[in-house]
Amino acid sequence: MIEAVGLTKRYGPKTAVEDLSFTVRPGIVTGFLGPNGAGKSTTMRMLLGLDAPTEGHATVNGRRYADHPAPLREVGAMLEARAVHTGRSAWNHLAALAATHGLPMRRVDEVVDLVGLHEVARKRAGAFSLGMGQRLGIASALLGDPATVILDEPVNGLDPEGILWIRNLMKSLAAEGRTVLVSSHLMSEMALTAEHLIVVGRGRLIADTSVAEFTSRASVGQAVRVRTPDSVRLGELLRDLPGVLATPDEERADVLDVTGADSEQIGHLAARNQLVLFELTPHQASLEEAFMELTKDAVEYQTGTAARTADQRVKETAA
Amino acid sequence: MSAVLEAARIPTTLPPESETKVSLGRVLKSEWIKFRSLRSTYWTLAAGIVLTVGFGALLCWAMLDHFSQLHAEERASFNPTDHSLRGYYLAQMAIGVLGVLMFTGEYSTGMIRATVSAVPRRLPVLWAKAIVFGVATWVVGTLSALAAFFIGQAIFSSKHIGASFGDPGVPRAVFGLGLYLTAIGLIAVGLGALLRNTAAGIASLFGLLLVLPLLVESLPSSWQSNISPYLPGNAGGALFTLHGDPGQLSPWVGFGVLCIYVAAALIGGAAVLRRRDA
Repeated sequence: MIEAVGLTKRYGPKTAVEDLSFTVRPGIVTGFLGPNGAGKSTTMRMLLGLDAPTEGHATVNGRRYADHPAPLREVGAMLEARAVHTGRSAWNHLAALAATHGLPMRRVDEVVDLVGLHEVARKRAGAFSLGMGQRLGIASALLGDPATVILDEPVNGLDPEGILWIRNLMKSLAAEGRTVLVSSHLMSEMALTAEHLIVVGRGRLIADTSVAEFTSRASVGQAVRVRTPDSVRLGELLRDLPGVLATPDEERADVLDVTGADSEQIGHLAARNQLVLFELTPHQASLEEAFMELTKDAVEYQTGTAARTADQRVKETAA
Repeated sequence: MSAVLEAARIPTTLPPESETKVSLGRVLKSEWIKFRSLRSTYWTLAAGIVLTVGFGALLCWAMLDHFSQLHAEERASFNPTDHSLRGYYLAQMAIGVLGVLMFTGEYSTGMIRATVSAVPRRLPVLWAKAIVFGVATWVVGTLSALAAFFIGQAIFSSKHIGASFGDPGVPRAVFGLGLYLTAIGLIAVGLGALLRNTAAGIASLFGLLLVLPLLVESLPSSWQSNISPYLPGNAGGALFTLHGDPGQLSPWVGFGVLCIYVAAALIGGAAVLRRRDA
């Protein structure tokens, strides 16, 4: 269980996280979603006591992280930036962490085997590939067999097998009753693993909802794709209805993209006018689209505006 | 594929949580594992030994070679014990660099985040690093000083100008050098924690030991004599020098002053480690 209450982090005049409150429940995978620069990593660092919040507080399993006498037994975390000395072997890295809690050294062997690093455990971590580095990060997170697991962008840099492994791992951790918080900027990844979503943009909470609700909420204006040899006639009939838009597809003359009417209405209309339909497909908004829709105002680095401000600045300097 | 799915099962064979609390003793063990699992540790300590013993022996050979050409005045200021320990001047740099790296090596690689996550109270990490590094440099420094002394005296013995370990002040000087190197190492650990950056840490340590004395020398002599004995190098030098400057502090007062620098560096490091975001 993770609880954030009014978390705020300011770096000088810049606010990275603003008044963020949420609860992460045990037993399910919770996705922590947001575009790059939305404050996900900063929030996770505050949960772990690495950064002190400017305002607000966060507790994990009922206590502030730093107040746990054996924190690695409560929370295991893998942060996005690597947290390993490049000159030390993976085994010694884990052994040093295990020693702080007096964990037996056989536990180091266990987690090394668990993440599949057995072959390279005695090699310098600096020589690891990105994927091996991620696996080592996960081994560190699981070292204390924690009730809460926090993973920042865990699939970054992993090969397909590694990605599948992470997904299964996260699901089984949740199935064992643990609290699992996973950040990502990839909606498609969250659609496959998470049940619940906490969406942030520009450091603010945008949504705290189930994945299913999140998608359906965003697909209110869903479109229907219609393929018919009588596309011109059907288009005219549809446009006569109030609030309906029927646009011919740019590439295929026999396809219409219809919004404002569902597939049943379109089917009935076609039948009444004895028009033949080849295809009638409701187009569900993907999680990706839902996310884009919700965060489009909250994206930190929007290409258009950024270019415009840079342009203005040039002009101002010139003047 | 089955291996992939298999791997997702989490083994749990740990003692109860109440038996696995973080303690200073455990953090000490952790820091010891970290210290002995880096190659830089061995290289730098080896450099410290080679510089103290080897450079000391070299200086002794050189002195032996032209001892007969020295003026009476120069001969009077010659002290065989001091001369055999002079390699310390370079050795303190090697030990200082390693001391700075105790913290800055963790900041530059990101390891500090793992360390601070495991020990969120943070200060035990500083004490443990200081103890591990202090003990290691004390052992290495003392053994090097003993070796440098005996090798140096063996060189001098051919012209019968050497000292014996039983001579007054000699044990204090030889063991004192081990303590001096330990203190310099601890100042370096504190500076690393304080500045969190390798270049800044090494630069400020070298500034303290090498540049500051030169700056003070350029001051008017009345100021100089008031400031110079209290600089860390000179204050600590009083402990392991038998024939030093006339204005030098007495051995243990000098070492006491050096310990104030150690305390200041460690307290400064503690404040930064505790307060600043990792």
